Amino acid sequence: MADTASQSPGRLPSGPPRAPFLTRGRIRSLAVQILFIAALVWVVHFLFSNTMSNLSRQGIASGFGFLGNRAGFDVSLHYIPFSSSSTYLQGFWVAVINTLVLSALGIVLATFLGFGLGLARVSRNWLIARLATVYIEIFRNIPLLLQLFFWYFAILRPLPNPRDSVDFGGIAFLNNRGLVVPEPILGASGNAVLMALVIGVMLGIVQTRRMRKLRDATGDAGPVWPWWLGGLIALPLLAWAVSGARFELIIPELRGFNFQGGMVILPEMLAALLGLSFYISAAVGEIVRAGIQGVPKGQYEAAVAMGHSRWEMMRLIVLPQAMRIIIPPLATQYLSLAKNTSLAAAIAFPEIISIVAGTTLTQTGQAVETILLAMGFYITVSLFIAAVMNFFNYRVLRNDR
Amino acid sequence: MTKSFFLATTAMVLGAGLAHASTLEDVRERGAVVCGVTQGVPGFSNPDDAGNWTGFDVDICRAVAAAVLDDADAVRFVPLSNTERFTALQSGEVDILSRTTTRTLNRDTALGLNFAPVVFYDGQGFMVRESLGVASALDLDGASVCVSAGSTTELNLADYFSANGMSYSPVRFDRADEVLAAYDAGRCDVYTSDLSGLAARRLVMENPAEHVMLPETISKEPLAPVVRHGDDQWFDIVTWTVYALIGAEEMGVTSENMQEMAEGGSPDIRRLLGAGDDNMGAWMDLENDWSAKAIAAVGNYGELWERHLGMNTPLELERGLNELYTNGGIQYAMPIK
Ligand SMILES: N[C@@H](CCC(=O)N[C@@H](CS)C(=O)NCC(=O)O)C(=O)O
Repeated sequence: MADTASQSPGRLPSGPPRAPFLTRGRIRSLAVQILFIAALVWVVHFLFSNTMSNLSRQGIASGFGFLGNRAGFDVSLHYIPFSSSSTYLQGFWVAVINTLVLSALGIVLATFLGFGLGLARVSRNWLIARLATVYIEIFRNIPLLLQLFFWYFAILRPLPNPRDSVDFGGIAFLNNRGLVVPEPILGASGNAVLMALVIGVMLGIVQTRRMRKLRDATGDAGPVWPWWLGGLIALPLLAWAVSGARFELIIPELRGFNFQGGMVILPEMLAALLGLSFYISAAVGEIVRAGIQGVPKGQYEAAVAMGHSRWEMMRLIVLPQAMRIIIPPLATQYLSLAKNTSLAAAIAFPEIISIVAGTTLTQTGQAVETILLAMGFYITVSLFIAAVMNFFNYRVLRNDR
Repeated sequence: MTKSFFLATTAMVLGAGLAHASTLEDVRERGAVVCGVTQGVPGFSNPDDAGNWTGFDVDICRAVAAAVLDDADAVRFVPLSNTERFTALQSGEVDILSRTTTRTLNRDTALGLNFAPVVFYDGQGFMVRESLGVASALDLDGASVCVSAGSTTELNLADYFSANGMSYSPVRFDRADEVLAAYDAGRCDVYTSDLSGLAARRLVMENPAEHVMLPETISKEPLAPVVRHGDDQWFDIVTWTVYALIGAEEMGVTSENMQEMAEGGSPDIRRLLGAGDDNMGAWMDLENDWSAKAIAAVGNYGELWERHLGMNTPLELERGLNELYTNGGIQYAMPIK
């Protein structure tokens, strides 16, 4: 791999000798930058004070005090306690969590789908490659909003009402209110299991790193899977047994209009997830294809010469190198998915736009503050995703020796 | 939705700053009243086949345009969702909001709005599929409810269910079209909105006859045109245009008989029609026949009702509270003098 590494985009050229610290060009550019920042501060200050005086002239409430007021509305999906007597602030956190959950699930699904599509696109099987192309062309070119509506009504229309639910063995039910599944109740064991799981995962990670180092150093190391098995299964099981071994399943039961008990996956969640991840996976598929095709031919030939199977060649040689090309545009797609969750408001998914820039804005009339909150949220999420992807990019480039 | 983002950001940065002190001057300069309406509610504000906006709320704006510009067609209609409407008004994107908007203390004060007289005394109700066999809203424990976000509706809904110790699952949409589509597709057991809105929306359902209203009315929804704080003159113009339409009905003045009435009517009638010597229009910086133009353009309040909402329309709404006070209702114009 040594000779491809020198072409790697991550390699910095050694560059010309550094110029002396203070040169005229530097001073000039410093002055321009200071002026620019001063102008920016002035503009922001002007807009801010202008806005504030306008708001007060029209007698419109301002400030963030409203966040402590009673919200007065209900939300169908909340992972933290929320009711109409909660505050707008609590509503904001509900929206934040809902949006993050949707984004995270969407990113995971889009990644799996996208990598599958990318591999299918370069497949030597004509049919598979064609099908992948058709999928990508369809989902990439139809506006996301339309796709969301499509999924939402494609889910709602054919599904029966709760009384005629599709019955999965009497424990899970599918109807146009969603998919209801049994809810496991671990009682006091729940926390113990969770803690054991966290410890188990850490154990697995530490051990994986140790073994890798060992292999790098000695060329030989023990397997890591027993550690993962122990960390993910044995340890939590042990914790559960020791802490009282309580386990109950709450089976959903049809009462009145709908099923009571159990956990439900709402049609809004399902449609938003499918819409977002199918849309983004099409773009990811193209990125993965480009990445794979960007790996020099010589690498393939070498892999074949070494007697690797096609799958091994992809997994061990081509994909690791393709990641260098894939990660930067992949980050862009993740950002886009996170921001596109806002469109899910149209199909009643209670995310940031729906709760904060929709209902909270209208009920309090505080457009400036609620929009700032929503913008702050999206900026934070974007910066976070960018940082994580930069980290991965750095790792991939660094490992590329 | 991006639109409301855009609107709000504009409001925040420039909008309110550019909104002129005098809406009347702006309207005259522009040659049109900009009127915020719904995104389509039959009978209230709905584009017809040719794309012309028609309806009860639409005609309120046309009446104002006639009074101010002598042209009932000099109106630019801006369809707004519930969540977009107040920002659009506050930021100066529209001059009037005439779209089934309930007057509340919160909106009147904290949102910086002024409400013209109520044009429709309404209340919130529930609609369900007849096949569900529900007879009362008190039987709705555990139901899924489709509702418009950013409305008084979603607040009343929460209050009603919690006051009666019932649970429910709200399905909240920004656009009323989607509320309807989701209910029609079976996502919800219940569709809740203003009773007028339910009646209007039922007309565009797949099978209107399959749905029934429950008997309960759970709130007061006085629907009124809205303007923003800070322009008393414009507030007066909209207020008294509405009173002129109601007053005309009280006095028996219609778009048809107004000519004769202006000549031979009582002093009150002659004043209403700008045929007296007092100079009422000038107090609002309008022509003296401002109200006559409004009545000529859209008819009196009763005509308006019959044309868009009454028994001869698909909505078949009874006047109820919206009868004149002399007929058992509570519609009552302040003295136009
Ligand atoms: N009157 C309530 C509810 C208003 C409302 O939701 N109106 C519905 C019809 S009753 C509507 O305007 N829908 C059409 C749209 O949003 O475009 C309020 O002011 O908050």
